Amino acid sequence: MSISPILISIKTAVVSILITFVIGVLTAHAVVRTRNERLKMIIDGILTLPLVLPPTVAGFFLLCVFGANRPVGRFFIDFFNVKIVFSWSATVLAAVVVSFPLMYRSARGAFELVDENLIFAARTLGMSEARIFWRVIMPIAMPGVASGGVLAFARGLGEFGATAMIAGNIAGKTRTLPLAIYSAVAGGDMDTAYHYVAIIVVISFVVVAAMNYFAAKERRFKTVREKHGHGSED
Amino acid sequence: MGMEVKIRKKFKDFSLDVEFGTNGGRMGILGPSGCGKSMTLKCVAGVETPDEGYIAVNGRVLFDSENGINVRPQKRRVGYLFQDYALFPNMTVWENLACGLDSSTGRADRNRKIGDMLDLCHLTGLGDRYPSQLSGGQQQRVALARILANEPEVVLLDEPFSSLDAHLSERMQTQLLDVLKHFMDDAVLVTHNRNEAYRICAQILAMDEGRILISGDTREVFRNPQYLKVAMLTGCKNLSRAVKSGEYEVTALDWDMRLRTATPVPDDTTAVGVHSHDFRPATVAETHNLIRISVLETTEGPFERSVAFRRAGGEGEGARCELRWTFVKNPVECPLPEYLSVHPERILLLK
Repeated sequence: MSISPILISIKTAVVSILITFVIGVLTAHAVVRTRNERLKMIIDGILTLPLVLPPTVAGFFLLCVFGANRPVGRFFIDFFNVKIVFSWSATVLAAVVVSFPLMYRSARGAFELVDENLIFAARTLGMSEARIFWRVIMPIAMPGVASGGVLAFARGLGEFGATAMIAGNIAGKTRTLPLAIYSAVAGGDMDTAYHYVAIIVVISFVVVAAMNYFAAKERRFKTVREKHGHGSED
Repeated sequence: MGMEVKIRKKFKDFSLDVEFGTNGGRMGILGPSGCGKSMTLKCVAGVETPDEGYIAVNGRVLFDSENGINVRPQKRRVGYLFQDYALFPNMTVWENLACGLDSSTGRADRNRKIGDMLDLCHLTGLGDRYPSQLSGGQQQRVALARILANEPEVVLLDEPFSSLDAHLSERMQTQLLDVLKHFMDDAVLVTHNRNEAYRICAQILAMDEGRILISGDTREVFRNPQYLKVAMLTGCKNLSRAVKSGEYEVTALDWDMRLRTATPVPDDTTAVGVHSHDFRPATVAETHNLIRISVLETTEGPFERSVAFRRAGGEGEGARCELRWTFVKNPVECPLPEYLSVHPERILLLK
């Protein structure tokens, strides 16, 4: 059993969740603050598409955009000397694209639940938009955003279809755990498959538990409330 | 010193078109829910933008559609007390107050300022509580302290007492007045509660369906509401369609009754009103506005008694209309009179 799929998977999942988290949160915030309902609907539809498309179709689109003979793919090769398809970066790209809708939708839902009056009040108190985002919106939306992060991470870790399409299944380079499991089973090596499966279950569980723990910590204002009981009448 | 406000804003099924000014002092905006009161305040605070108009506070232009001026809410120095207080639930009382302070304020200065403000708003020792651990009244004082710490030029209060229960609300009014007086008298209060408006505001403005019906001295508006809708807002229970039937006389169509007035009846009078407190027991000797009553029902409050009656001996549809007379209970019960009268001065002529 080679440990390279484990390392590749962890590396891919960590890098992709960082990218997904930042882009997902910023996009969700921008969409929630958009006042134009039509525009909102259209953007929302496009951003959710990777969630409903089969991953192989998402991978196909990525191939069409980033392929070595396609304009964007060519651009990366000519200007950065980076060939994306069938390289490690392609596993990250696939994971980001496929996990993005989960992050975006959870964050959007959480932001929408933040009472508009809190934002209005913050503005009249002279708080800058950036400060309002970090001090008011994010802390209040954190539980929802964090659970979106958990979902997106799990989705990225388990990504198979799009990765296979754009990154291939190159041992030691782009073979992530799900691909390694597939290859092991296809080759009749059930023992190796069992091991990989056990590892992916453990990693998933640890991550979900850890994120839930942090999410609970973020909600300290709620736990404090329970500790002290409800407010006394004056 | 004061505010100058002119706002036009169109919505799907409603349009707001208001224009008013204050010359400092407390002003009340009275109106039914959904009449555009809160939207007006939000436009002044800058969290909503009018389609066109002009807003200035103490001579400083905050919004001017003609000259493309729209000052950000952060720079308007307009405090807004939200109906639900809008305290940040993730911050302690102390942190909530700190949000209103300029970030350039030094730490020592900031701590002293917040401490002073907490003391002043009767919140001493509650700095490290979270809003959810406070009572409604305390939450409101935190919201007010947070606004005042920010040193606004004018404070807008959106239905400040609607979510507090009755006995608390009266104490809150007193405390709120205390705190406001300490800092500034320049405040605009939005309410649908006439008692609140009467007690707190020197000037009043009555709104309905996005438009201002009447504005002026509170006592004067309550004494002479001029408009049917304003009479309803100020709590007039007895209203009737009416036509002018003489220089000093109107005919109340719904009551089938001629009423004598103290002032000449304007030609455009379409309605007449009598406050339920303005009926007086009378005898046949009374010369003006004498009504023989037939009692329908008596209801009793802790301090007041309310009598629903109709004009006895009247004819036609009109005389069946129910009227209401409210009076302070006597320690000694006395029988209800046979006649009531209304002083001509107390006849409200409305359009």
